[in-house]
Amino acid sequence: MSAQVEGRRAGRARRPRAIWLGWLFAAPAIIMYATFVIRPLLLTVQYSLYDWNGIGASTWVGLDNYRRLLTDEDLFSSIVHAFELIVFFSGIPVLLGLFVAATIRDIAASRLAVIARTVLFLPQVIPLVAAGIMWSWLLSTTGTANELLSAVGLGDLTRAWLGDFDTALPAVGVIGAWVLVGLCTLLLLAGMSKIDPALYEAARLDGAGPVREFLSITLPSLRQEIGVCVTVTVIAALASFDIVYIATQGGPGNATMVPGLEIYYLAFSEREVGMASALAVTLVVLVLACVLPIQRLTRDGS
Amino acid sequence: MAHGTTSRSLLTAIILAALVATTACSPPGGDTGSPEPGTSAAPATATCGTAPVTLKAYFETGFPLPKSLADEFTKQYPNVTWDIREDQFAVITQNAPRVLADDPPDLMRLPQVSELVKDGLLKNLDGYAQTLGWTGWPGSQLQQMRVGADGERGDGPLYAMGLNFSMTGVFYNKKLAAQIGMTEPPATLADFDTALQKAKDAGITPINQFNGGATGGLAFPLQNLMAAYGDAGAINNWIFQRSGATIDTPTNLQATQHLQRWITSGFFAPDVNSQDYATMMSRFIEGKNLFIFNGDWESGNLDKQMAGNVGFFLMPPAQAGGKRAAMSAPLTYGIGSKAKNADCAAFFLNWVATDQKARDIAVTVGGSHPMGPADAYMPAVQEGSVTAATLAAGAVIGQDNGAMDFIANATGAIYAKSWTPQLQKLVAGQQNPEALLDEVQKDYEDQVKN
Repeated sequence: MSAQVEGRRAGRARRPRAIWLGWLFAAPAIIMYATFVIRPLLLTVQYSLYDWNGIGASTWVGLDNYRRLLTDEDLFSSIVHAFELIVFFSGIPVLLGLFVAATIRDIAASRLAVIARTVLFLPQVIPLVAAGIMWSWLLSTTGTANELLSAVGLGDLTRAWLGDFDTALPAVGVIGAWVLVGLCTLLLLAGMSKIDPALYEAARLDGAGPVREFLSITLPSLRQEIGVCVTVTVIAALASFDIVYIATQGGPGNATMVPGLEIYYLAFSEREVGMASALAVTLVVLVLACVLPIQRLTRDGS
Repeated sequence: MAHGTTSRSLLTAIILAALVATTACSPPGGDTGSPEPGTSAAPATATCGTAPVTLKAYFETGFPLPKSLADEFTKQYPNVTWDIREDQFAVITQNAPRVLADDPPDLMRLPQVSELVKDGLLKNLDGYAQTLGWTGWPGSQLQQMRVGADGERGDGPLYAMGLNFSMTGVFYNKKLAAQIGMTEPPATLADFDTALQKAKDAGITPINQFNGGATGGLAFPLQNLMAAYGDAGAINNWIFQRSGATIDTPTNLQATQHLQRWITSGFFAPDVNSQDYATMMSRFIEGKNLFIFNGDWESGNLDKQMAGNVGFFLMPPAQAGGKRAAMSAPLTYGIGSKAKNADCAAFFLNWVATDQKARDIAVTVGGSHPMGPADAYMPAVQEGSVTAATLAAGAVIGQDNGAMDFIANATGAIYAKSWTPQLQKLVAGQQNPEALLDEVQKDYEDQVKN
């Protein structure tokens, strides 16, 4: 602002210098961003075109790594798993978050709402690694989940949830849902608090019930907040690593292998840095391909 | 607007300049100036001198042996102090190449060595071996750490050294064994099968074995079964990346089918696919099952926690009187090719194998057989302890020449990416023995090529 004002006062001659002054202020940020974000990103793209073990000499292979991505069943299935996780990381938290936020809003003033908010937000404060460890105890054969099932007479259903091919991925999904519900609830609750109460009053005068109110007023007004929730959680699902690494390490078999974990294995245990980079680049493209349309759809209509 | 265009082109120019400055467009890698493998075989003196030395070491977390040895060494050679970094083995495996390239420790716990040698990251120890007399030790002790010019292990220059060498077999709970009338270790595979069945019939979990996460512990019984049916040497050739070696052989198929029978007969705990190593150990120590497949590194621990109640035997052969074989490998430590105090590190490795105090520690703390000359001092161990049993078993393996490296050590990725998922699928009934061996062999060939 001040640079602009000064520039105008000094006339046309001094304008270029004013622009440089602005760039000078932005320079530290630009340099940091270029060094720590843009450069690694471009290096990853570069590496993805080579066959390289991370230490020795590398060989140029062009797009071969990307081709292998499409033909290798294990690599491809990891991407499919990531999309399956969206249901748990994104679908459940947003729907449940809407329901919980709408409920809490009604009792907003009471102490119960404060407690509910605190409890729901707690998973956000706990490091994901700790959450993963805690849940792998809960879901183990002798864990609370199985004890509860036995207690209510469903002993036949007990199993090693994270060690079973059929249940491992959903079990990992449940951990993610548990972590993200609180974030969504809080975001949506904040969004609800800025809706004009007059709207609800008018709706009630028109004879609308709680469901109608929710569908006609709450939901449309929360468009942007829902957009943020969906964006954040979809990215969390596609780029998931920590929860899976702690809970199952991709097992059993490759039942819970996700791209984030696969990149890590490729780069550090298989020592195929080129292949790992190719998968990383693909993951970035996939995340953008999913998130950009969501951003567009949920942009405020007005 | 001129203003907008200028700033946009300026921005582009600055970003481009930054990028050109930061990303030189040369291909990645080749920055280590790899000293070609096979050099520095001239006799070298190993000494820590008298001036203060700080040995930089990278140890494995959870094993007290290297730390105990380091402490004792400093007691005897006060001019040597330690700068120790510790990590889990899986982390060390992943870090090894980068750490050895960027920040080489003097002494490092190593995963499998051949890939590190190919990249010129490890010091050739032949010079020390000559001057320190390691060449006079039983050849089998050092064989696994020799790597040839073509990357095949078992022959060629020495690139690492063991703190001791460990061996695996079957531990059993003596009280539970008595319950099913097992008074002595099974002599044949068929006897072992009978014992397993009896345990199951008596309502005792026959085997607890870790097989969850990225560590497929069923590789332990599988490799033992492979050795019961076939030749240990052929398995070693495969692990050592000898050309033309394959894991997909008729006897290995028999072994895998046998393992599958154990699985379908319910000889493993039903949650074997979610069991980790710690769970396996705690259940065994609590007396919840009869057998575990594990190594003598737990001997000292088991002697403490279940004193008098643990037995150990080597995997029985398929035919009575057949040769015994066991996974047996040195606790491998190497010296970085660019290490600062290589001479002192080599001196330490020699001290571990030859000093009386050090050999005591190797047995009592490490639970395994020390390295060194065949006639070297051996500490006395308590009669009837499991440590005594594992040390005695080690002698049998020596006689039968049945030491094998672990099939998980064939390449850097074969364990986490092939054996583990395949064995987990076998447990879940999603894989059959034929396809399992076929898949592992395919992955192996792919990885060895790299």
